[in-house]
Amino acid sequence: MPINYYIFLSIALFCIGVVGVLTRRNAIIVFMCIELMLNAVNLLLVAFSKMHYMSSVLVNPASTAGADAQIFVFFIMVVAAAEVSVGLAIIVMMYRNIHSVDINFLNRLKH
Amino acid sequence: MGITVVLFWFLTALAILSALMVVVSKNPVHSVLWLIAVFFAISGHYIILNAQFLAIVNLIVYAGAIMVLFLFVIMLMNLNSDTEPQKNRWLKIAGGLAGGCLFLVIIAGLKETEMKLQVAQVKTGDIGLIENLGMVLFKDYVLPFEISSVLFLSAMVGAVVIGKKD
Repeated sequence: MPINYYIFLSIALFCIGVVGVLTRRNAIIVFMCIELMLNAVNLLLVAFSKMHYMSSVLVNPASTAGADAQIFVFFIMVVAAAEVSVGLAIIVMMYRNIHSVDINFLNRLKH
Repeated sequence: MGITVVLFWFLTALAILSALMVVVSKNPVHSVLWLIAVFFAISGHYIILNAQFLAIVNLIVYAGAIMVLFLFVIMLMNLNSDTEPQKNRWLKIAGGLAGGCLFLVIIAGLKETEMKLQVAQVKTGDIGLIENLGMVLFKDYVLPFEISSVLFLSAMVGAVVIGKKD
């Protein structure tokens, strides 16, 4: 599969995530769009790892080039899991204080 | 046109349609369910690329744990109807325009690179199998793996401290 297709798919998913972050005002949906952007980048990393592996396995059949990228994706997933737990705790606390998850009400730093 | 190509295009269409539905659906619960569909499509892409370990981890961690956490919070706060009473049409148009411009600029920048001759290997190649990834993870990346446990511990403590009623 040409690498171009994976690049364009990832860019499309990333830009949909950007549009969601810019247009929606529900904090939970903004957070979900950030997860969508993380997943688009993960998909691109895996596609590039297989591309790199294919070009290096021609030279050396026992090569494990590209495994680093998949380990990197694994660590991104680890960090994302930790991030989601803390972020949702913050959203729950915000809901408890102002009884809403609309990010337009979170402008107290402006005044 | 082999089965791989058909599957690739099917999963691509599923991922993009579901991602659009995440953004446009009014009900947050529907957004979560569409996001689960996106994660299943991305896992399908991982399987096509023969990254089986990441496909399973993606399903378990993202579609399983994280999305259940989102659903749990939404239902806990009883948000599964109304949301966003005030409508600002210009904000939506400006956001869509900005995202579309970003898409166009990146596509235009990458369209003519020499990258388009490269091919991602599908169906074969065994670096994505858990045997090889485990060797790499526990030989070269042992220290980051152990540090990530500290990260999880601090995230757990942080979630408890933030969520505590003071």
